[in-house]
Amino acid sequence: MSEKQYKLVTCKINGKERSAMVDVRASLTDMLRNDYSLTSVKKGCEVGECGACAVIIDGECYNSCIYLAIWADGKEIETLEGLTGENGELNDIQQAFVDETAIQCGFCSPGFIMEAESILRTGEIYTDEELRKLLSGHLCRCTGYDNILRAVKKAMNERNGKK
Amino acid sequence: MYDIKALYEAKSVENAIELMKEHPEAKIIAGGSDVLIKIREGKMAGCELVSIYGLDELRGVSMAEDGTLRIGSLTSFSHITKDPLIKKYIGVLGEAVDMVGGPQIRAIGTIGGNTCNGVTSADSASTLLAWDAIVELNGPEGVRTLPLEEFYLGPGKVDLKSAELQTALLIPKESYENCAGFYIKYGMRNAMEIATTGCSVNVRLSSDKKTLERLRIGFGVAGPVPRRARKTEEEFKGASLEAGLPEKIGDAVLKDVEPRDSWRASKDMRLHLCSTMTERAFIEAVSRCGGEIPEKA
Amino acid sequence: MIVGKSIPRIDAADKATGRTKYTDDLCAKGALVAKICHSTVTHALVKSIDTSAAEAIPGVVKVVTCFDVPEHMFPTAGHPWSTDPSHQDICDRHLLEKHVRYYGDDVAAVIAEDEIAASRAVRAIKIEYEELPFVLDPEEAIKDGAPLLHETFPNNILKHTEIKKGNLEEAVKEPGLIKFDDWFETPTVQHCHIENAICFAWEEGGRIHVTSSTQIPHITRRCVAQALGVDWGLVRIVKPFVGGGFGDKQDALYEPLCAFLTTRVGGRLVKLECQREETFANCRVRHAIRYHIISWVRKDGTLVARKVDCWSNQGAYASHGHSIIAKGMGSIPQLYPCENVEINGWTVFTNIQVGGAMRGYGMPQVTFAVESQTEDIARKLGIDPLSYRRKHVMPKGFVDGFSKNELYYDSFNETLDLGAQYIDFERKFKEYQNQTGDIRRGVGMSVFWYNTGVWPISLETSACRMVMNQDGSIQLQVGETEIGQGADTAFSQMAAETLGIPFEMVHIVSNQDTDVTPYGTGAYASRQTYAAGMAIRGCAEEFKKHILDVAYRYTRMQPYLMDIADGNIVRTTDGRVLMSLGDLSLRLLYDMEQNEHLTMEKSTQIKSNAYSFGCGFAEVEVDIPMCTVKVLKAINVHDAGTLVNPALARAQVQGGMSMAIGYALSEKMLYDPKTGKLLNGNLLDYKLSTFMDHPELEVKFVENPEPTSAYGTKALGEPPALPLAPAIRNAILNATGVPLYELPMRPHLLFKRFSEEGLI
Repeated sequence: MSEKQYKLVTCKINGKERSAMVDVRASLTDMLRNDYSLTSVKKGCEVGECGACAVIIDGECYNSCIYLAIWADGKEIETLEGLTGENGELNDIQQAFVDETAIQCGFCSPGFIMEAESILRTGEIYTDEELRKLLSGHLCRCTGYDNILRAVKKAMNERNGKK
Repeated sequence: MYDIKALYEAKSVENAIELMKEHPEAKIIAGGSDVLIKIREGKMAGCELVSIYGLDELRGVSMAEDGTLRIGSLTSFSHITKDPLIKKYIGVLGEAVDMVGGPQIRAIGTIGGNTCNGVTSADSASTLLAWDAIVELNGPEGVRTLPLEEFYLGPGKVDLKSAELQTALLIPKESYENCAGFYIKYGMRNAMEIATTGCSVNVRLSSDKKTLERLRIGFGVAGPVPRRARKTEEEFKGASLEAGLPEKIGDAVLKDVEPRDSWRASKDMRLHLCSTMTERAFIEAVSRCGGEIPEKA
Repeated sequence: MIVGKSIPRIDAADKATGRTKYTDDLCAKGALVAKICHSTVTHALVKSIDTSAAEAIPGVVKVVTCFDVPEHMFPTAGHPWSTDPSHQDICDRHLLEKHVRYYGDDVAAVIAEDEIAASRAVRAIKIEYEELPFVLDPEEAIKDGAPLLHETFPNNILKHTEIKKGNLEEAVKEPGLIKFDDWFETPTVQHCHIENAICFAWEEGGRIHVTSSTQIPHITRRCVAQALGVDWGLVRIVKPFVGGGFGDKQDALYEPLCAFLTTRVGGRLVKLECQREETFANCRVRHAIRYHIISWVRKDGTLVARKVDCWSNQGAYASHGHSIIAKGMGSIPQLYPCENVEINGWTVFTNIQVGGAMRGYGMPQVTFAVESQTEDIARKLGIDPLSYRRKHVMPKGFVDGFSKNELYYDSFNETLDLGAQYIDFERKFKEYQNQTGDIRRGVGMSVFWYNTGVWPISLETSACRMVMNQDGSIQLQVGETEIGQGADTAFSQMAAETLGIPFEMVHIVSNQDTDVTPYGTGAYASRQTYAAGMAIRGCAEEFKKHILDVAYRYTRMQPYLMDIADGNIVRTTDGRVLMSLGDLSLRLLYDMEQNEHLTMEKSTQIKSNAYSFGCGFAEVEVDIPMCTVKVLKAINVHDAGTLVNPALARAQVQGGMSMAIGYALSEKMLYDPKTGKLLNGNLLDYKLSTFMDHPELEVKFVENPEPTSAYGTKALGEPPALPLAPAIRNAILNATGVPLYELPMRPHLLFKRFSEEGLI
């Protein structure tokens, strides 16, 4: 059996410069959960089919389960923990998810909220149909998606100064 | 945690080729949405990998002086869809790859990976094929190009020689000029789906928009590898846009396709869908090209 | 009023920030990893297992095989235990099996230092099988000479029951009756909770501790103890937040094996995490049930007699067994009352994976069959489907002799009014008849019926504990679990309501721990607000009485002159606030003369049950050449009694509707007829609805307070999954004139049926 292979991975995680020797076999999910205790990153399928592990990498949303941890070197990673304010304040999307009853078991919520964050950062206004497509890489079995759509729309409209 | 025996990160295309020469057992990993899943399934467990993920030189869409569109093999689906050149000249490709999986898969999945895995259901393949895309390969012997149609050797098999790397997909000007196309993906749901079958049609019309100058039809899952409907294309070259033409073309493709029975869908159902999709995609392609098919009397 | 208010769920902010801890988030680093070696054959006897190569892999700690586990068998179903042996769940499982009964059965397990070593070892285990013939279909399995799964169950019949009423033979002789003779097929489907089944176990203090994503901690404790053959008190189950269950986790899944494995490695921490593929292939599924319904009907639509035969595909092991088909059978003569019925149901072992509980518990299956035939009857008789149902469905005042359940209100008509109005049913139903062309639209509907809880079939019990803090706030504990449905929030609202304290002063102990959580059986049967509601109210009433009694010491007012309101002791005669609960609690706790810690615990047995009612409507667009159905509009209308939290109720219904749309159009577990292997056990090939497969899901309620319920509530968790599959089926019929008798109505079925009908 070969020796375990490690690589020093230096990246920005939720705004802070971080470094760790990472097993080259690790997924980004593994690294975020195990090395940085960022447990909002959920494991639902580990093959990119459910979206529960989604994180933002350099502004785009990816499934961290099928992203090798070593590829994160030099990148900026954001997880749900990073959206929360220093004093625990919810950001607008998180608050909208609470207000619109978009959360039930909560297991898919981190992925959805990260996806919504990456969508809303474009500053564009989307139609319902466009939003459904933009959010379609995440599975939810509790909500029927309706309230998630409402929450994302609410936050989108608020960010764009519309009520 | 993936069962990877060793991983080598390529620093450049040349370096990637070197690494593959040094480690002949190693497989290339680009975005990983295919390779990592195979490792997890055990099919590729314990493998050696050469990662080309970091080769930004293979990302992006550009146009050569002669008008050839060049899509770097590592360009992700989402970037292809957003690319202005793609939008302007071959929008249907952007639309087709926008139907792959979901947004996160489209962020990581690459067009090179989608063609190199030799899968017949690849959403990019039927459109690339229908637009006569050319594959650019880089290997120890230098660069070579070949039509995508010839690149496919069989299910899961492509013409990649030892230590060779696909670096780009090229679409010559002649291939896209004055053309418009339409892609239909047939799936069992509207997202997170692999194609049960897919059909990409594009047309070039005469200047008066009455005659079909060129018809090209590409299929996914209508055979072991993505395929063109060559007989139908020949048969209807020069046809005038008259009522009933879409149906005729839809019927004609049945001699070009060879879908099989699988648990995903029966052969009969796929045959029926090939006809229906061709008919519908043709109507849309003609309309995008500025043509109109008269209503039946 | 706090009950009835749409308060944001109490765990929402934590879930929105990622603070909420689920099972995997709590497992200490360095836990050993357990992986299961599943059979690669469908029916076989294990002759030998060679573990030497697996054991030689670095990092492998232990390999345990089917030859190393206890010989005795145990049950897994999440039912309350019965002390009557004839009513106990069937014991037919070993921790690992020498007799493999389905493709993927658990044959051996590996414990290793990391997941890669464990996976490698699983692949390195060599198993020699003596293969046996297998059978996948219940009607085949029942035949003489079919492969036998369990020696003690001849013809693979787990159980057969019959409901007989009136005299069918005589009744059908009435002249002029119209006979409807139809077969209905429903698929095997999976729950697809986003958090896979997962648990970890260790030994400490001479006891076995298991943390698990389960709906039923107290029941799981019993199952684990039975499986290991140890005293029940030696097992402790901890339930963290659960990422969805839908009935799959109303079963002892891998907790018994994980608990056993820790005992094989000296009590070291062992984690057993199902991969998604294992959740599909090795956890539970919804039973596929086949119905043959023959109905004799008068020209005015009156049901004169009904003969039903049905077969439930149990799969390899008993789990929840016959209760599932039985629930549906019992509903048939109730939903559309009929004097002459003969209903026979068989639950049959086959060589597919195990059927267990799933949201709706047999009712989505029977609702599809019955409501499809109802539509056909109305259509044939030329009666519009809405009027037909209004006339023939269970009437107000109906009482079921067995459960003593009663329809106290005109619930069906009230819910039908709202649903029909939203979808504009009557106008569209007429307009959509006799369409031509490729793209056609249709509207359809279905009613539904659902029992709350399990009384009188099984024990219904719940216990509640309230512990008051020095500030007058309370900890609230029940054994009924939060699994995403919002139970904790509803329970907190109930406690605040009855005790008379602000909602914020109720701190629910969300994570059950069988060492400290009072006995309650868990989340299932849509019983949470009904059963736990009674326990909470009972406990709160007594607690309040006790508090007022002791308040006398400080207020010198007679208890009957006082009440608790908004967290204060109030004199009822003039409304004066005498002291806050915080003052009372603080003074009492530190009282040097006579101190007391204010607590109350009460166990409540429930000997009643309640009907929940409603309907669903759908409007669809059918693309005939493409063989696809798009749902344009959908609505569920429920009379679930009083809503504790309307926003949560609405959200929960939407989730059920989503599940129903998948059940209607796309979800089906496919088994290879040649090998018995599950073909589509992953989230890509198994087609649960995505964000793009739904219209907006409309929900309306009729709130007729349930007279038997502590807070007027009754079943709401499961019924949402019932009506839309038949409603969509009936809408397709309205659009195309093609009746369908099978779920899911996916393109494959439409292609077949449209071809047969000459539409394509």
